[in-house]
Amino acid sequence: MSDTSDRAIVRTSESPRLRPVSRVRDIWAFREILVNLVRKELKVKYTKSVLGAAWSMLNPLFYLAVFSFVMHVIGRPVPDFPIYLLSGVIAWSFFSGSLTLATRSIIDNTSLVKKVYFPKEILPLAAVGTSIVDFVLQYMVLIVYMLVTGYHFLGWNTLLFIPATVTMLIVTVAISFWVAAVNVTYRDVQHLLNLLLLAWFWLTPIVYPAALLQEKSNEVSIGGVSAFWFYFINPMGSVVMGFQRALYAVVAPIGADGQPQQVLADLTLGQLWLILTVVGVAGLGLLWFCWRTFFRLSGDFAEEL
Amino acid sequence: MIQTVPAVDIDHISKAFRRYKQKPTSLKARVTKRKLEAEEFRALDDISFRIQPGTAVGLIGPTGSGKTTLLKIIAGVLRPTAGTVTTHGRIAALLELGAGFHQELTGRENVYLNASILGLSKKDTDKVFDAIVDFAELDDFIDTQVKFYSSGMFVRLGFAVAVHVDPEVFLIDEVLAVGDEGFQQKCLRRVTQFKDEGRTIVFVTHVVDQVRQICSEAVMLKQGVMHAAGPADDVVREYRRLLLQKDVSYSMQKETGDVTIAGVTLLDDTGAASQRFDPGEALTVQVDLDPVTPVDDPVVSLTLHDQHNIYMYGWDTAESGVDLGRLGLPARVRFRLDALPYTSGKYWVTVAVTSRDKSVMHALEEQRHTFEVPPISANPPVAYIHTSVEVEEL
Repeated sequence: MSDTSDRAIVRTSESPRLRPVSRVRDIWAFREILVNLVRKELKVKYTKSVLGAAWSMLNPLFYLAVFSFVMHVIGRPVPDFPIYLLSGVIAWSFFSGSLTLATRSIIDNTSLVKKVYFPKEILPLAAVGTSIVDFVLQYMVLIVYMLVTGYHFLGWNTLLFIPATVTMLIVTVAISFWVAAVNVTYRDVQHLLNLLLLAWFWLTPIVYPAALLQEKSNEVSIGGVSAFWFYFINPMGSVVMGFQRALYAVVAPIGADGQPQQVLADLTLGQLWLILTVVGVAGLGLLWFCWRTFFRLSGDFAEEL
Repeated sequence: MIQTVPAVDIDHISKAFRRYKQKPTSLKARVTKRKLEAEEFRALDDISFRIQPGTAVGLIGPTGSGKTTLLKIIAGVLRPTAGTVTTHGRIAALLELGAGFHQELTGRENVYLNASILGLSKKDTDKVFDAIVDFAELDDFIDTQVKFYSSGMFVRLGFAVAVHVDPEVFLIDEVLAVGDEGFQQKCLRRVTQFKDEGRTIVFVTHVVDQVRQICSEAVMLKQGVMHAAGPADDVVREYRRLLLQKDVSYSMQKETGDVTIAGVTLLDDTGAASQRFDPGEALTVQVDLDPVTPVDDPVVSLTLHDQHNIYMYGWDTAESGVDLGRLGLPARVRFRLDALPYTSGKYWVTVAVTSRDKSVMHALEEQRHTFEVPPISANPPVAYIHTSVEVEEL
């Protein structure tokens, strides 16, 4: 880091304006902390448990067991339900896991915040980074399972993985910044977040078919436009639909009764790309807003704690 | 060019904290108690000074004077309420040893984590890793989880990492007062070595003797205000003077100056001036007084402090029942301490002339004179007691 040594660092009473490019450079200079914090989190998380890293696989399997049961009780089971559920729930787990960890990231590292100077963004980023490891492992296992069982999903649709991942990361980092910063002053955030995530989970077509959502929302029109398009205000909706299309792949598989059953939303690949791009760009706006809030509040973290 | 740019430029820094009786951390408490129970507390008030590269500066002051706050502002951990701090060069702040050590990780893992937090890359850490372990004297325990470390081991590892970070500006807060004495000496030597290498050091401590030892300059804070700044010796003397007023009930007012202390001499048993006294030896402090105007019923007092500025001994003429009466002509007072109980260390002598009730300070000569007691043995006991041995044949 000798490249930073000749630079004068000026600190004043004014809260500095967020300049994303130079701030990213600051964070980059401290990237080793980020890596080490993620490593520490994982190590601490897994070394004390008997099953260790297996837990990262067991969580989605547990979801699968519970919701398979629920779907059977309700009836109208989705064909290949495990793949449908897992393709969405893994992304969701990443999102909710990141936010839960990020909310406590500042207050759990009080001794660091009060005693050492470093860009505080590192802490929520480490929370997101820890969840990424689970995310990658879980999707890898799912994909291997699908390849082994001979499920056909590879095609142009698979490329949706890219915009879905990027948009998901932007939105997750943005909200992580916000909850981490605000939770320092208002600990209510961590309680509210749990409730909010529960509602958000069911508002997103993870367990139930996305087609059902499309069908119901098409019955309502807002200013002559189907309400379905307004649904994408929920950024995780588009992300989950992106992952489902990439992996579950078939929009209308043959159901148990031999008839095609609409499971995924009736959207073309192009439409999904467009939606994910628009949501991603809007997510950048959100990131800018949340980051600025974080940056403004971060100057006082050491005092507030 | 480097010579003209200060390493640290502190420009009119003030810091105010809001002090809550009970800090509201929930929304409800914030809303309902909005303006309640928050009082402003000024921790630092308009502090300005510059530190040139390669200088070691001691920051001293009584507890609560704002030393640590100022150090945190220089380090960038706290934001000033007003003013500007400009720093040049990589800063390593040692505000707490082992900040960010994680109990579940091994010593080795914590070294890498801690080094990265202090700004060292993995590659650089690899290079100094052995030196760190060596310095901490923890070869056998480096792969043990730190939760099994003793607090001494913990602190040693923390310091070892910090001193290998290779900073250009090194901020140290009170951390040299930890560990066993041998390790403390090692840390001090390392800091001295840093100074000799031309690094900038800002050093906060209560042990003002370390300031004298390491720093060429010092700044003294008192209740958030800059009380004194300049050569370390002068500032330390001023600090000792301030503390002294607490130890012995001298009035806070300045000397009236109607008596001058013309001279203070430390004499050994042969009557020769000396600065070295063996344990058990007699020490005579000879004070020459020269009244400017006649003074009624003065009391002359003698105080000794050790190198940690701990009040060791005090005596005055009134306690011996000596009455100086009306002091109109030069006089000589001798305090004879029959047998020094000290077994090693350096001691500072303070002489004061006050009124009998100590409400008026006529003259004060604080800690201008020192004497040293050579260690009685490799492991000096706390006190020397004159002991005679008799053997009787039965």
